[in-house]
Amino acid sequence: MTNPVTITAPEGLPFIDIEREFDAPVAAVFNAHRDPELVKQWLGPRGYDMDVKRWDFTTQGGYRYVHTNAEGESYAFNGVFHSVRENEFAIQTFEFEGFPDVVSIESMTFEDLGNGRTRLRAHSVYPSVEARDGMIQSNMEQGVSEGYERLDELVAA
Amino acid sequence: MIVDPSADDRLDRAFMALADPVRRGIIARLSRGPATVNELAEPFEITKQAVSKHIQVLEQAGLVTRTRDAQRRPVHLDAQALQALTAWIDRYRLIHEQRFRNLDELLATSRGTDAAASDAGTSAGTAQEEMES
Repeated sequence: MTNPVTITAPEGLPFIDIEREFDAPVAAVFNAHRDPELVKQWLGPRGYDMDVKRWDFTTQGGYRYVHTNAEGESYAFNGVFHSVRENEFAIQTFEFEGFPDVVSIESMTFEDLGNGRTRLRAHSVYPSVEARDGMIQSNMEQGVSEGYERLDELVAA
Repeated sequence: MIVDPSADDRLDRAFMALADPVRRGIIARLSRGPATVNELAEPFEITKQAVSKHIQVLEQAGLVTRTRDAQRRPVHLDAQALQALTAWIDRYRLIHEQRFRNLDELLATSRGTDAAASDAGTSAGTAQEEMES
């Protein structure tokens, strides 16, 4: 059975908290975030091509990547890595270029649980509750992995 | 809104149910109306038994129901359950679920962990290209 993911979006507050454990050592989980070749293998939705223009997972670094689906629709994201501490912590900004200037700040904690296991906690802060809900809904539009994009059509059918 | 564990379980089952292309095909077919196992099995090159198993998974996830209708036992889509999955928080969750499962797979390969062992303490790998402005 897979590790459960816990997502909390408190009512009336522009936050999102995500918690997930991995059956892998903290160095491996951290490295999967640091090495762009590895990031490409998990961050993009299935069925999308992920073109990493820049990925510098270091303090004062930054990133930009573009997802393109089979229909040729592209969605670009960028941000800066404000601080990165190896195997421990990172703070980044996140912007979907389809919604310019709506920038969230995400802090990620990599926690060594021992026995080769890791807990990842992500806390995102949006400019407003509306920005949180709107951003996420638009994020849905592009981020839905292969298969889920058909759900809307099914429900509408 | 706090995501409670039971909702988590329900979503997890739904996620598993929808992770399979055959099951998504079955759901797509049922969105056009109820159908029997025979009718559902038709487009797939798998045994009726396999299709029945897929329907069971969808049933357990609460996405479809079966009714007694004389000799036919048509399968119905529970549109409400499917609709619930499209609430933004649920879809957001599905995306992360997919992402984290991809990461699980990567971490399970030696590549994910070897790289960490040999890379530890060195500077980050970076990808840099000219950005079109």
